[in-house]
Amino acid sequence: MSMPAHPLSPGSPLSRLGWALADAWTVTLRDLNHWVLRPGTVIVGWLFPVMIVLMFGGLFGGAIDTPGGSGYFEFLMPGMFALTMLFGLESTMMAVTTDAAKGVTDRFRSLPMSSSAVVLGRCVADMLNSVVGLAVMVGAGLALGWRWHGGIGAALAAVGLLLLLRFALLWVGIFIGLVAGGPEVVTAVQILVWPVGFLSNVFVDPATMSAWLGAIAAWNPLSVTASAVRELFGNPGYGGESWIAQNAALMSVAWPLLITAVFLPLSVRTFRKLKG
Amino acid sequence: MREAESAITAQGVRKNYGGQPSGAGLNGFDLRVPAGSVCGLLGPNGAGKTTAVRILSTLLSMDAGRASVAGFDVRTQGRQVRERIGLVGQYAAVDEILTGRQNLVMFGRLNHLSAAAARRRADELLERFSLTEAAGRPVSGYSGGMRRRLDLAASLIVSPPVLFVDEPTTGLDPAARREVWAAVRELVDAGTTVLLTTQYLEEADRLADRISMLGAGRVVAEGSPDELKSAIGGDWIDLVLSEPVDVEAARPIAARLASGEPLVDGPARRIGIPVAERTRALIQVATALNEAGIEPEDIMLRRPTLDEVFLHLTGEGAATVPAGPARTGVRVNAGSGNTTEESR
Repeated sequence: MSMPAHPLSPGSPLSRLGWALADAWTVTLRDLNHWVLRPGTVIVGWLFPVMIVLMFGGLFGGAIDTPGGSGYFEFLMPGMFALTMLFGLESTMMAVTTDAAKGVTDRFRSLPMSSSAVVLGRCVADMLNSVVGLAVMVGAGLALGWRWHGGIGAALAAVGLLLLLRFALLWVGIFIGLVAGGPEVVTAVQILVWPVGFLSNVFVDPATMSAWLGAIAAWNPLSVTASAVRELFGNPGYGGESWIAQNAALMSVAWPLLITAVFLPLSVRTFRKLKG
Repeated sequence: MREAESAITAQGVRKNYGGQPSGAGLNGFDLRVPAGSVCGLLGPNGAGKTTAVRILSTLLSMDAGRASVAGFDVRTQGRQVRERIGLVGQYAAVDEILTGRQNLVMFGRLNHLSAAAARRRADELLERFSLTEAAGRPVSGYSGGMRRRLDLAASLIVSPPVLFVDEPTTGLDPAARREVWAAVRELVDAGTTVLLTTQYLEEADRLADRISMLGAGRVVAEGSPDELKSAIGGDWIDLVLSEPVDVEAARPIAARLASGEPLVDGPARRIGIPVAERTRALIQVATALNEAGIEPEDIMLRRPTLDEVFLHLTGEGAATVPAGPARTGVRVNAGSGNTTEESR
């Protein structure tokens, strides 16, 4: 049987870029195939935040004073959108660690493909996943009585901010997944996602916390995105006189950019240098 | 290309993990594998076999030394090396969620075949590795042998001049092991250079043209399987006797005809006799037993096994089993079928 000879890498930087993009798309398609073959996993991932909404809205909603008195879901949903972006970090981490543990990462690294293509492919697949997850959450919110009151432009800007946060967290997930060295570490980090999620303004007003805890909660990237998104959707928020409360919109762009600026190069470099 | 003589070379390669338990280091590793041959890298766990393969396949950086694969420097020309190698790891490095065909098409695309070519190639490889029937099923449902064959197929999407095969049959049952061996043999016949690591001596004996024995991060012996067996001297006659009293009776005969010190395993009623001249010694031993009226259960002439060579060359035997009776066990048992139990 004849074997095809190895196509050797092209010389020009432009055709190299073309190959890198094609490789990234191949890696993305792999994840989309995972959705088709294991629909349970992704569907549970999409529905899990809905369950949290029902749990918090149904169980605690009545006991929590909401700003504006317009019902807990009106207040809760924007924060839950942001929290959904944080939960996305877990699936990114798990996918990256599993690939490393199973030897799939080594297989990729032994191929003449661009190393950034593997990371980029993961990025595109996870962003697509989050877009669907966000759509599910918006649908659930609408069904529960949440509404957006601003224009369509503001709503799109809110979605953009949420996906920007997801994009930033993606690189954190890839980085942790690469350095974790095993699913046990990922499980530990998954547990830590909860305190990070709760130490924010998603569920309650940071002003009700002790001063230092409240400050951390207010500066949490999750909180600033939640605040900015509430504003854009025209939903009630806590506001406040602190600098961070006044500059939520600015920080909801600055935080993700800062996180990305740190973790994107770190992730790509770690992948490239997985050489121990 | 420049790999006409040597497909793989390594000179004084060092890798220190700084006490990390994650991997066995290399301590001045040298290797030269002629193009088109199969080199078996043999050694116990922790000898550094996998580290060597990971360095040569550019997955791991070295601390010192030089290495080239297919004529390209492993350290500075990683991409060129990766364009010319296939890597079959210890673990089946395929996507478990995807189907067999989806895996091969994906790796074909990542090897920069066109979509149509990748599909065609996937079907060819599935056919060749008898996976056509399972092609549409997720890999998670494959048996160990099927997975390993898929892993091999994934490494062969484009014809690699050099193939690294790291412990290909670890954890496989004998039938699956033979399937993998046949696949590797076929590749070699097609001209691929193979570096095979294994802790199964039988595997190295069967597949490799040359064997490099690795101990504590360096090559302690190198040669063809036959040369290595000759390295520790002549042949052995193994006797298995039916009665303990026969063992006592045969003991002086063994002592008289042996070229070295015979090894007696009383409880197993076995005697191992090192001999210099094969046939002549066998006749002498048989005659002497006959004259003494001893009817042995079994009598066999054999070359030393690679186990024995390995224990001899690395001194591992001294470290892991007490000298004397225990070693007798190794030698005598090994005659019954080239087993490798003792070294594991």
